[in-house]
Amino acid sequence: MLDTVLFYIFAAMTLLGGILTITRRSAVHSAIALITSLMGVAGLYLMQQAEFLFAVQIVLYIGGIMVLFLFVIMLVNLDEAAKERQFSRYWLVGVAAVTAVGAELAYFFYKGGPNAFHIEPGALAAAPQAMGNTEVIAQSLFSEYLLPFEVASLLLLVAVVGSVVMAKKRI
Amino acid sequence: MHPITTVHYLVLSVALLLIGTVGVLTRRNIVIILMSIELILNAVNINLIAFSHAWGKPQGQIFAIFVITDAVAEAAVGLGILIALFRNKETVLADEIDLLKW
Repeated sequence: MLDTVLFYIFAAMTLLGGILTITRRSAVHSAIALITSLMGVAGLYLMQQAEFLFAVQIVLYIGGIMVLFLFVIMLVNLDEAAKERQFSRYWLVGVAAVTAVGAELAYFFYKGGPNAFHIEPGALAAAPQAMGNTEVIAQSLFSEYLLPFEVASLLLLVAVVGSVVMAKKRI
Repeated sequence: MHPITTVHYLVLSVALLLIGTVGVLTRRNIVIILMSIELILNAVNINLIAFSHAWGKPQGQIFAIFVITDAVAEAAVGLGILIALFRNKETVLADEIDLLKW
């Protein structure tokens, strides 16, 4: 019961935040709406016993990426952009394409979804884990997924170098 | 009230994905296009976590961590490109950047 109510609260936060993000004129307002949306997603993680990802979502997304976005919004003068037309000339084509994809997915859910995916959360889970969520993730990440983990750190290094090169005036 | 199943999470994820796609396709401001990409990546993560929870396996969460890493790298490089672009072209509107068009 409480689960259901919480799910709908977090889902409403996520979707309303998302809709406000793409419709606000001012980029700062969009960023605030996006933070609301990300907090809703974080709540959904917590409801599904992904505590580590909940913490990562708060610390990294809301604390890191959004601060980066706000920095850039302050750095780049967006006042002129806010006065202009906000939507592209071909917005109708974009909305039509997305509606088509949405209809396709809705049809998929209508036809096969309820049967194919009707799994109670945790229904297929084995015996409850003795370890906490973070330990389980760490063990899997540092044994089975060690190579992808190292490649991800290489990706971050490349991204750091790339963003410095991009943002620097003279190299 | 119905209990919350995996399908609920999948429908939410689809809705968030479509909202993000509309943002990418229709907005002119590049900062907001980048924010819409974050929305899309979050929709993917909801999906991964929902299946991870349904099957009781941590692999979905590991993939979500990698998706978040990609999102961070993408945001850093994208915003760096945006700063370089603004310095040279004085605009952040996507359809005014037509250097490769003739």
